[in-house]
Amino acid sequence: MGASSPAGGFRLTVGENRPVRLVARMDVKGKNLIKGVHLEGLRVIGSPNERARQYYSQGVDELLYIDNVASLYDRNYLGELVTDVIRDVFIPVTVAGGIRSVKDVRSLLRAGADKVAINTAAIRSPRLITEIAESFGSQCVVVSIEAKQAPSGSWEALIEGGREKTGVDVLEWAEEAISLGAGEILLTSVDRDGTEKGFDLDLIRRVGALSTVPVIASGGMGSVGHAKELLLATTADALAIGSAAHYDRLNFSGVRKELLDEGFEVRSLDQ
Amino acid sequence: MTNKTTHVVDYGLGNLMSVAQGLEAVGSHPVVTSQPEEILKADRLILPGVGAFGVAMESLASSGIASALKDSARAGVPILGICLGMQLLFDASSEFGHTAGLGLIPGEVAPIIVSPKAGELRSTHIGWRTLDWSSVSNPLVSDSVDSSDSFYFVHSFAATPERRSDLWASVSYGEYRVPAFVGSGNIWGSQFHPEKSGAAGLKVLKAFVNA
Repeated sequence: MGASSPAGGFRLTVGENRPVRLVARMDVKGKNLIKGVHLEGLRVIGSPNERARQYYSQGVDELLYIDNVASLYDRNYLGELVTDVIRDVFIPVTVAGGIRSVKDVRSLLRAGADKVAINTAAIRSPRLITEIAESFGSQCVVVSIEAKQAPSGSWEALIEGGREKTGVDVLEWAEEAISLGAGEILLTSVDRDGTEKGFDLDLIRRVGALSTVPVIASGGMGSVGHAKELLLATTADALAIGSAAHYDRLNFSGVRKELLDEGFEVRSLDQ
Repeated sequence: MTNKTTHVVDYGLGNLMSVAQGLEAVGSHPVVTSQPEEILKADRLILPGVGAFGVAMESLASSGIASALKDSARAGVPILGICLGMQLLFDASSEFGHTAGLGLIPGEVAPIIVSPKAGELRSTHIGWRTLDWSSVSNPLVSDSVDSSDSFYFVHSFAATPERRSDLWASVSYGEYRVPAFVGSGNIWGSQFHPEKSGAAGLKVLKAFVNA
């Protein structure tokens, strides 16, 4: 599988060392794991770290904790959750929610996070992306983009956990964020979030095509078929699974096995 | 189970907690320190780190940690550099001009992809990969690391040793070949994160603790 493009340049295709990561997306509020649809109507599911440990034993590649209501409150529990989970979960952990400064990033890294993802603060002050990259390296700063499609077909970036519009075009913003030092893009389709109806392939294809950094596709994963569609139609480097895992409709080891059997380059685990 | 102490060098960059937890998981007592005099007393040392080479070297040099590490290396103390910590073991990096490293392993650090193109191979190599082990005999393979084990990488620079014998394992990335694990006597370097590579990664930490 995999071949050079007609132009002779390098192309990313299945089987060409394009490692694809399976990420567990843990939306949290306070100390609870929650999940909604289109980032709204949030329901409590249970303990995020109990779930994280379960997903770790199923072989998840990475954990993503997002507190989308963090900025509404004076404090959140992201640091405490991370410090607890990394006691026995040895995979990368990304944390998002309410991060406004290099100081916030430092304290989350000290708590045990490997990366932070920023959305609202990055849109309001794009310079923060560069400051974090300069202090801790680009690999540490994930720019989170919550994309909502307009009737015209273009996508607008939302902030404050999907509650606020910005008028910012997603494709332009992704390009700018990368040029400012973003090491990864977490791309969430608000339209697909929580629906389990499949990824917004058009959105992910467009952002993937302009990106020099990895893109994590989020929003809509409901079946292994959706993952295959995504990996064939886009250059997504990772895919996030949220509600389908939280409601036990998908299991990370099952998803991995099916993708491996089809020749996709996910981590092979002997279990 | 051994009850050896491992000092984890803290120079203000990166996630030290996971390294410490990983050491505990393999039966070693972690001591996180930023004091050169503590470093000089260590039985074994881990130099972790993520971020920029230049910033890190400046911090190591101004704090006196760099010379303590060099003294420990000369005295035969086992040292494991992880990710940026591995790259710092080398002579120099071309990140932002030319910055001298610790010079414990001959070789240079350079970007994997000099001019990344939109939509093509990502400038940062991120993901779980299996390694291609060289024919050089090394304590990792003899301490039960399997060829099917996957490890977590996140980096955009590669550290290439001058001596073939120092390259224990590598990984392919597009048309590039990236050093994954290097070793020269008591000095080891891991481009991947053993503390973030699940059970496979803990085997690497265990091999180091037992070395």
